[in-house]
Amino acid sequence: MYPSAFDYFRPSSVDEVVKLLQENPEGKIIAGGHSLLPMMKLRLAAPASLIDIGKVPGLDGVRADNGGVVFGARTTYDQIMKSDVVQRALPVAAEAAGVVGDIQVRNRGTIGGSIAHADPAADFPAVLLALDAKVNATGPNGQRTIGIDDFFVDMFTTSLEPEELVTEISVAKPAAKTGMAYEKFSHPASGYAIVGVAASVTLGDDGNVAAARVAITGAGPIAVRANGTESALTGQAPTAENVKAAAQKASDGMTFLGDIHAGEEYRAHLTRVFTERAINKAVERAKS
Amino acid sequence: MAVSSPFGASIKRREDPRLITGAGHYTDDVRLPGMLSMAILRSPHAHARITNIDSSAAKAMPGVVAIYTGADLVDKVAPVPCAWQPKDSDVKVPEYRPLAVDTVRYVGDGVAAVVAEDMYTAQDAAAAIDVTYEALPAVVKQLDAMADGAPQLYDNVPNNIAFHFHLEGGEVDAAFKNADLTFKQRLINQRLIPNAMEPRGAVASYQRGSNELTLWCTTQNPHIVRLLMSLSTSIPESQIRVISQDIGGGFGCKIPMYAGEMIASVISKDLLRPIKWVEDRSENYVATTHGRDHVDDVEVAVMNDGRVVGLKVTAYANMGAYLSTAGPGVPTWLFTVTQSGAYDIPNVASDVYGILTNTMATDAYRGAGRPEATYLIERVMDLVAAKLKLDPTDVRRKNFIPSNAFPYSIASGAVAYDSGDYDKTLDRALEMVDYAALRKEQEEARANGRLFGVGFSTYIEVCGLAPSAAAGAMGFGGGLYENAVVRVHPTGKVTVLTGINPQGQGEGTTFAQLVSDEIGVAVEDVDVVWGDTDRIPMGWGTYGSRSTAVGGSALVFAARNVRDKMMKIGAHLLEVSPEEVVFERGDVHVNGAPDRVKTFGEIALAAYTAWNMPEGVTPGLEETYFFDPISNTFPFGAHICVVEIDKDSGKADVRRYVAVDDVGNVINPMIVDGQIHGGIAQGLAQAVLEYAAYDDNGQLLSGTMMDYAIPKASSFPDYELDRTVTPCPFNPMGLKGVGEAGTIASTPAIMNAIVDALSPYGVEHFDMPATPQRIWQFVHEQKGN
Amino acid sequence: MKQQVTITVNGTTHTSEVEPRLLLVHYLRDVLDLTGTHVGCDTSQCGACTVQMNGDAVKSCTVLAVQADGAEITTIEGLAKDGELHPIQEGFWEMHGLQCGFCTPGMIMTSVNLLKNNPNPTEAEIRHGLEGNLCRCTGYQNIVKAIQYAADKMNAEPAAAGDD
Repeated sequence: MYPSAFDYFRPSSVDEVVKLLQENPEGKIIAGGHSLLPMMKLRLAAPASLIDIGKVPGLDGVRADNGGVVFGARTTYDQIMKSDVVQRALPVAAEAAGVVGDIQVRNRGTIGGSIAHADPAADFPAVLLALDAKVNATGPNGQRTIGIDDFFVDMFTTSLEPEELVTEISVAKPAAKTGMAYEKFSHPASGYAIVGVAASVTLGDDGNVAAARVAITGAGPIAVRANGTESALTGQAPTAENVKAAAQKASDGMTFLGDIHAGEEYRAHLTRVFTERAINKAVERAKS
Repeated sequence: MAVSSPFGASIKRREDPRLITGAGHYTDDVRLPGMLSMAILRSPHAHARITNIDSSAAKAMPGVVAIYTGADLVDKVAPVPCAWQPKDSDVKVPEYRPLAVDTVRYVGDGVAAVVAEDMYTAQDAAAAIDVTYEALPAVVKQLDAMADGAPQLYDNVPNNIAFHFHLEGGEVDAAFKNADLTFKQRLINQRLIPNAMEPRGAVASYQRGSNELTLWCTTQNPHIVRLLMSLSTSIPESQIRVISQDIGGGFGCKIPMYAGEMIASVISKDLLRPIKWVEDRSENYVATTHGRDHVDDVEVAVMNDGRVVGLKVTAYANMGAYLSTAGPGVPTWLFTVTQSGAYDIPNVASDVYGILTNTMATDAYRGAGRPEATYLIERVMDLVAAKLKLDPTDVRRKNFIPSNAFPYSIASGAVAYDSGDYDKTLDRALEMVDYAALRKEQEEARANGRLFGVGFSTYIEVCGLAPSAAAGAMGFGGGLYENAVVRVHPTGKVTVLTGINPQGQGEGTTFAQLVSDEIGVAVEDVDVVWGDTDRIPMGWGTYGSRSTAVGGSALVFAARNVRDKMMKIGAHLLEVSPEEVVFERGDVHVNGAPDRVKTFGEIALAAYTAWNMPEGVTPGLEETYFFDPISNTFPFGAHICVVEIDKDSGKADVRRYVAVDDVGNVINPMIVDGQIHGGIAQGLAQAVLEYAAYDDNGQLLSGTMMDYAIPKASSFPDYELDRTVTPCPFNPMGLKGVGEAGTIASTPAIMNAIVDALSPYGVEHFDMPATPQRIWQFVHEQKGN
Repeated sequence: MKQQVTITVNGTTHTSEVEPRLLLVHYLRDVLDLTGTHVGCDTSQCGACTVQMNGDAVKSCTVLAVQADGAEITTIEGLAKDGELHPIQEGFWEMHGLQCGFCTPGMIMTSVNLLKNNPNPTEAEIRHGLEGNLCRCTGYQNIVKAIQYAADKMNAEPAAAGDD
């Protein structure tokens, strides 16, 4: 309940954040703090310093960008849910934000924090994978863009350099006839995803699946694309049978986590079930 | 609110205005000048010898005042006491010290106490204490622990068997010989964590000079803590004051006296500073008592018409690493006297083994023994129905104790049920669900491959604890009477002092209603006080659904004595004889002449100025009454649960929940319904959500609220309630108590529904917890995939 | 090293020196003596510590006091205005939405946010909206009723029930 002591910095610019990261290699960034503080309170994490980016300008806000959306890293789930821009352009993000945690968590947790922390059971890693997002980060060498497929490396590990800060996450305008959905089986105690599947399905003029991105969180150590499912689905008619068959491949090649609520076999099963549900919903939305 | 009779009125609670505005005063809200914070360093091992403790680094930290280990406390405080030891049960009480001296026996066992200026510093210091352990093999499950060769927790408890209890009645062997059918079933009643929202804690303040200890403590029974603390320390009982007023839930886990408050008390005496110790939640999970944890083997003897003629139960109760204050009484007396439930079963034999393991101690948790018994007998009824292909309601009715058979003595004669009408509650529940239509709905669902189940629980329970002589005979280390003081003040206000100690059950309101009903004073003018041993005569606290049945009875009798005295004084002031006056809504007037009246206020003032008192009547207007019940009380009812299981995830959703309960007369229907709502949620949660899971090394896997799932607002739908009223003949209000009934009833209702839902697979029994994974696993295996 | 923070709580501005690791809930309870906000867990599940921060319900056990520098906090003690209960507080009283009262302050503060986001919630929306607040006593049924009572009252009085 009581974190151990740390040095505290409150920078007022992105450059200052980067400088502090360089000067404090044992330091951690804190925004909403709803991933980091619980770990510190159990003393599972004890960073020597915290760099509070709560007041750094230029990190918040959601804006439309050529039909797509750019999320400031510090945008909260509540802001995502309520954003007109998001509801119009990327409704699945608003929907997914609405099933993260609870009202209080959504008022503090941020999209940047979610992906930087890379909790295996967080929701947004799967959503952003399905949306083919791009992550903008700033470090000592300036800015760079990281494709979401290259972002998640391992449990609680991303391809961010230790001295980099996520500043923005951008999602390009979805192609015409694209439907998206996020289906989640929640942990009865923590509310995190035991399994969460995000699907984005684009239909071609022939009514078949022109493109599909399906991503799974919760089941394994990192959020991953269901490559087998995507291949099986692409070019096919989006019938219930085809979706079911493609969904069966979702668990192929995955490493599964297990705990007292859901062991590996059950997670593998739920992966297939919720992949099917997410794709079916996405297809339904693509058609309308 | 002016009501003609407050009894039976759903008056808004008088406790609420301060609680809804943040003006409650819970133990962690206590602040005293010079107060220090205490943290307890706890063992990370389930079983180990302590070979060294090096607290030098911790002691040197700024803000650290003192560090105590088990060795430091041996002469200051006795082992943690066990105050309920059933007789003739070969009880072996292990010596369990508040801080371990050379051996730790469960993850969470206290090893050192750090006292510092604030809690952050105390935790830093605790983390800096270097303890060297020599790990020992641990044993976690009761059947493993009693087997030969298992790790032994204590030298004086061979095979870790702390007691063996037996209760029987009738001719059990003959019944089994003559039965048409006999069968066996093992039932698991899994370990639970009570999870009161307020973690436990204490503020101990020992005063130099007066040598008095004032102890604020999250306890359901301050007088018991005072008594046990005096027996465990050298502080005389008359110099201990225990205060426990606003408590954030108890559910049984705040009955025991624990190491934490004992350590805080003796350290306060040693340092002459107030010491505050409050658990955080993960500490609560390992160091506050757990509930349930039975492996129960039942054998059933039944006739072809569905009549159960014999029951044999062998129960293996996991007591944890030591015997908690009331621990042994729960799986023995409380479990076995409700073994036969609402049914007339003349031949019953129960054997209960209490086994020590390297886990946290178990003790009472909402229902305390009766949920375990009710789960068992209600599953038995459904098993009988399944095996004989009878409707589960018909089997129940076949076996019900008839309504003209009360008081009904159970087979062993240990208790007699006070009153009951079991068909009536079942009739009403079946009417509420429209049973025929429900089964039809089930047929259609099954035709579509859906897993749809209906489950029953026609329960009884024993509460209103208890006649003191019976308590003594059962090995309880105290009495179970209750006291009340009704004190009318000169200005006409009334203070009630009561030895019961609610943690949210609403006696602050219902007791005011009772007093108002008896002596006519307005509810708003009655102040109900509990939770201070300096103010209140010896009482036994709130648990076992006893507060109103026992505490309320004391109150009613005290109030009636006040009324009688008022009539004497009033008559005297009216210059008539006492037989010529009547007492009406607080006023005393001449019978037939209502204008010749003395008001409540006039009589109260007269009693205290004492200028003109009747012969033989002393000044003042205050009565104390100690009420010892002559019988326990036996609420009963019929709950029906409708579930549907999602085949894909295995999740069992409650579609509908109907509860018809009979708790006798009801003082405040809104409060009674609230008790049932909360109780049902906890019972359903045991069935499908909760499990205190230890791994084989004795690590608590469900160690935080991230892993232990208590119900959320979205877990279950609304409960549909109704009631019947079959008064209890043994107390003046005719009521039975309701605090635990919901929990006792609901676990078997939902489990029976789940088994019913799965019955197309040919399954007759499914163990708890029926989590989505376990149900899915089962369905998956049936499909042979 | 201590940090200076300036935090407005229930309309009063306080300036204090705090350790960076001091949790907001401990700042409120131990520095300001506002003990109405409670601590029920240590993993941010239970919500007993919920307060309003800049108009949003937050779990004060998962906010550092230093993160609240410059913020406006409303705790349960500050909800009733001029002795008049907020309709949500009234609802909890009328509908028996509390028993032991320990979860209640947090439950009420979350409900304020719930109704701000959604003034006319369905029962299902209320139940989902309360997933961040655990209650062990009531089984939630009367809490739902309490919020429905408040919603009805607040919708019937367009200008009433101030901001937060």
